[in-house]
Amino acid sequence: MALTIVSQIFPREMIPAVLPLIEDKLQHSKEIIRRKAVQALYKFYLIAPNQVQHIHDKFRKALCDRDVGVMAASLHIYLQMVKEDSSGYKDLTGSFVTILKQVVGGKLPIDFNYHSVPAPWLQIQLLRILGLLGKDDPRTSELMYDVLDESLRRAEINHNITYAILFECVQTIYTIHPKSELLEKAAKCIGKFVLSSKINLKYLGLKALTYVIQQDPNLALQHQMTIIECLDHPDPIIKRETLELLYRITNGQNVIVIVQKMLDYLKQSKEEYTIISLAGKVAELAEKYAPDNEWFIQTMNAVFSVGGDVVHPDIPNNFLRLLAEGFDDGKEDEQLRLYAVQSYLALLEEEDAFYPQKFLQVMSWVLGEYSSLVTDVDPEIILTRLHRLLKKTFVTAETKAWIMAAVTKIASRTTSSKTVDKLIREFSTSLDTCMRQYAFELKHLCEDKVLMKSLFPFDASCNDIVVDASLSFLDGFVAEVLGHGAAPYKPHHQRQEEKLSQEKALNFEPYGLSFASSMSSSGFTGRQSPTGLSFGSDTSGNSAETGHKETNSLKLDGVKKLWGKEGYLPKKENKIGKEDEALTVPRGSLLAGHVADPPVSQSDQVATFSEEEKEKQQLASTLFVGLGSNAGVSLMGKADMAVQKFKRKSKINETQNTEETPDIQNSAALALGPLLDTLPSNKEGHEGNEHTRLRKASLDSSDTTEDNLAFEKPQSLKKPGLDNRLLDSRLSSSSLFADSNIEIFHPSPSAQCESASKTLLAPSLPGELAELPHSEVVELCQSDDLALHLCKVWTDDSLLLTMFVSNKNTSALNDVNLVFEKAEHFQILESPAYQFSVIEAQSVEHCQQCVQMDKICTQGNLPGSINYQSGMETHLEFSITLSLLDFIRPMEMTTEDFGKLWLSLANDVKQNLKMSSSQDSFSAALNTLQQKLKLHIVDIIGNEGILACQLLPSVPCLLHCRIHAGMLALWFRSPCSALPDSLLYQCQKVMEES
Amino acid sequence: MIKFFLMVNKQGQTRLSRYYEHVEIHKRTMLEAEVIKNCLSRSKDQCSFIEYKDFKLVYRQYAALFVVVGINETENEMAVYELIHNFVEVLDKYFSRVSELDIMFNLDRVHIILDEMVLNGCIVETNRNRILAPLFVLDKVAEN
Repeated sequence: MALTIVSQIFPREMIPAVLPLIEDKLQHSKEIIRRKAVQALYKFYLIAPNQVQHIHDKFRKALCDRDVGVMAASLHIYLQMVKEDSSGYKDLTGSFVTILKQVVGGKLPIDFNYHSVPAPWLQIQLLRILGLLGKDDPRTSELMYDVLDESLRRAEINHNITYAILFECVQTIYTIHPKSELLEKAAKCIGKFVLSSKINLKYLGLKALTYVIQQDPNLALQHQMTIIECLDHPDPIIKRETLELLYRITNGQNVIVIVQKMLDYLKQSKEEYTIISLAGKVAELAEKYAPDNEWFIQTMNAVFSVGGDVVHPDIPNNFLRLLAEGFDDGKEDEQLRLYAVQSYLALLEEEDAFYPQKFLQVMSWVLGEYSSLVTDVDPEIILTRLHRLLKKTFVTAETKAWIMAAVTKIASRTTSSKTVDKLIREFSTSLDTCMRQYAFELKHLCEDKVLMKSLFPFDASCNDIVVDASLSFLDGFVAEVLGHGAAPYKPHHQRQEEKLSQEKALNFEPYGLSFASSMSSSGFTGRQSPTGLSFGSDTSGNSAETGHKETNSLKLDGVKKLWGKEGYLPKKENKIGKEDEALTVPRGSLLAGHVADPPVSQSDQVATFSEEEKEKQQLASTLFVGLGSNAGVSLMGKADMAVQKFKRKSKINETQNTEETPDIQNSAALALGPLLDTLPSNKEGHEGNEHTRLRKASLDSSDTTEDNLAFEKPQSLKKPGLDNRLLDSRLSSSSLFADSNIEIFHPSPSAQCESASKTLLAPSLPGELAELPHSEVVELCQSDDLALHLCKVWTDDSLLLTMFVSNKNTSALNDVNLVFEKAEHFQILESPAYQFSVIEAQSVEHCQQCVQMDKICTQGNLPGSINYQSGMETHLEFSITLSLLDFIRPMEMTTEDFGKLWLSLANDVKQNLKMSSSQDSFSAALNTLQQKLKLHIVDIIGNEGILACQLLPSVPCLLHCRIHAGMLALWFRSPCSALPDSLLYQCQKVMEES
Repeated sequence: MIKFFLMVNKQGQTRLSRYYEHVEIHKRTMLEAEVIKNCLSRSKDQCSFIEYKDFKLVYRQYAALFVVVGINETENEMAVYELIHNFVEVLDKYFSRVSELDIMFNLDRVHIILDEMVLNGCIVETNRNRILAPLFVLDKVAEN
């Protein structure tokens, strides 16, 4: 029961205390207990994956457990892990396949059956894992083909649950590396789904079809009539799913019909989430495939008016950006803008129409920017319309601001306008301060036309306005105030930090010290306030000016460039291809109709076609036109070709299969072994131990906290002063670091000469670097012409990757480029590329790169490539494995500093480790940590030790160890939350190894 | 992933609710009310899956009692649909012809059964005998 609770609710902090208990339970004789233990571990994995890193092999054991329940429970862990990183578990594919084979083959006890289907949910789980494993990996996928085929075949019983399995199967087949035979079978399966009269199955079929169609649009052709039917289905969810499907098959030619259908649905639906997602999709399609300007503007208008204010803010932003930036063709831009202006004017003409705020904002922006393109409309009319809008009650303050900006822009282009004057008069006395502000600005600008013209140049919305973000014009003022003795400005977080550490001191020391710290803090704030306040008032005075300037252009910043790159180019191509296609379209639609409804057309009973069917077919032809390359036109011919292709492919597959079969058998046998193994019988006395260990653990923790309290007392007296010093030193160290970086990373020419002069091809480090701690030189990759070696140099403040490129040829190599790719966890300082213009024959060149760990991980890969010219362009790829330890350096500090820093750090992790017999003595254990992990031993007091290290460039991590009866209690603290976890993992590894 | 598991009767009274994702208490009642409204408004020949906000509902009706499960995109609707049936079958076996009253007065048992089957939003056990095993042990202890 306790285990059940553990697997449901459990605080992250308590894991280390309970983990050993649960690990023991994994060996319990009752399978239900083992199962619960695995489930508890799954929960741990979900909330803190780092803390169970070291027991991954135990998961493997659970996977091979002789009890099905335990094995099934471990699958959840694997599904999660494979989801995160599938590459690490490829070797388990064989086991998963065997398990699935056994399940499908009915080898499980009979009570696992559900309506005579063996453990269906287990099958689904396994299929999901396989799908993830086989994704984009032909080799792993090959292992699965057999079993997938088997499951497809077995699942023939007519029951809902088999359909669920089939659906999962189809999904897996289409996720993994494709195999034509299986695809064919899966497609047939989907056909059965879609044509089923049961509504639930139809839904499932549509969902599968949506999934499949991305890979094979031709499948949609087979089911087009069904899809059309579903489109008019009374059940909204079926409709919704069909639209989803259509969205996937949209192209330049069917976009108009599909978007129309989607808009129809949009108008009916009231669910906010549906509107958001569907409106987004319509806008995307419209941008991508719009056949002409008029249609585009109208569609977008519909989206804005239907979508209302819930649409994603990106949609109006993208749309405006599109209008503003335009395309390569100036004339087309003009037309688009012109049409937009005209349509909005027409919309605004109606007296009491109601439009969503976002739509109004878009309208006012467009009118403001481009209304002058329309020559036949008096700007006065536009102004009156905007003016009318301003007076409406439903318009919010934000929209009013947009409208006012538009009015200002238009006013700048007209000489004088009655409406503007009226507007100024009206709003100068408005209760809304914002409006009043705008009105006054407008008034002043109207008086000074020259300034106005320069402020609002026509069509300059894309030009960047340079904003002085550092507020350099205030520098003089700051210097003056500083000269009068004010304290320099400290950023917010720094102040916070100082305050925090002071507060902590207060908590620990109720007497004596509280006086000192409160004094310092009050004095501190007293000094702080004058600058802070004056700063605040000054910027606020300025912000009004800059703020207004920004409104015109800044709103568009940071929006993605969707149309320019993806959308417009395909559109152009479509236009070119259109002439050809125009000819084939009618033929295509005819043929499509015939294929879809063969019995009727064959008997030539065209006359008996009901009106409805004709309509449907017409719709079908418009919807599916242009699918694939030339889809409908040669449906029959295409099918033949496809069959031929399949035949050829399947032959190859067969030969491959015969080669593979022994392999599969082998792996099957291997995986079966452990399954049949009996449980290791080492549960002796574990239960007895539990209680004592628990007590020990609790004693431990109370001890350490007491010790710490005692430890902190003498130091805290000097706290405030030290705090500042600490901060200072941290600051200076980081700045020093930056300097030294620059010095080191430019490879010194003398060193290069030295290495170049060596005729030996074996690379070695230049003198100055060789003295530093470094790894062995390892080969990364090589070709006939050159070899690439790597040596990691651990300098005090960085990790230097020294790359040696040796030319093995007898002639010189030209233009050798070394490029590092962007890695998730690492960051290359300086530029990630390095070029050697020439490498002499039989010589070695080297370069250095400084790497930093961006995101904390225990191990990661840094990919890169090298290419060079020798006769032809050659490209070699390599990957460097970097571990967390490469970035850990000892941190020198005194015991006092340690105590200080310890208190200021928030994230802590505790764990108890068993000590092996070889490291009996405490100092021996600490030495291991010092040597292997590069930790700095700050102090050892009795059976306690404190160690410190830093993650480059300067993230400290402190460790407090305490030994007690064969257990080593580790307690980490660091400002970074992930660092203690990863470091703990390294500690565990090191301690287990030694 | 399964987000929540609800048992609601036709009058809209919640008989059982279990959330696998944190939802604030006052939002729960609102959510339950809307969910049941959605389910009740559907006819027999309509699909048993509904799109609701950013997730999907799978429901199944047993006499006057609805079992509604909220799932996210990655879950297989049909599998959940059958899971509901499996759950009801287990209840049926334990209570021998289960009724709404059984669920009302033995809510703790129902919860234990559900927790055996679904954990952290994942389906963990579907074997009827195994689901009921811990419950039988408990019953035995209670008798003694």
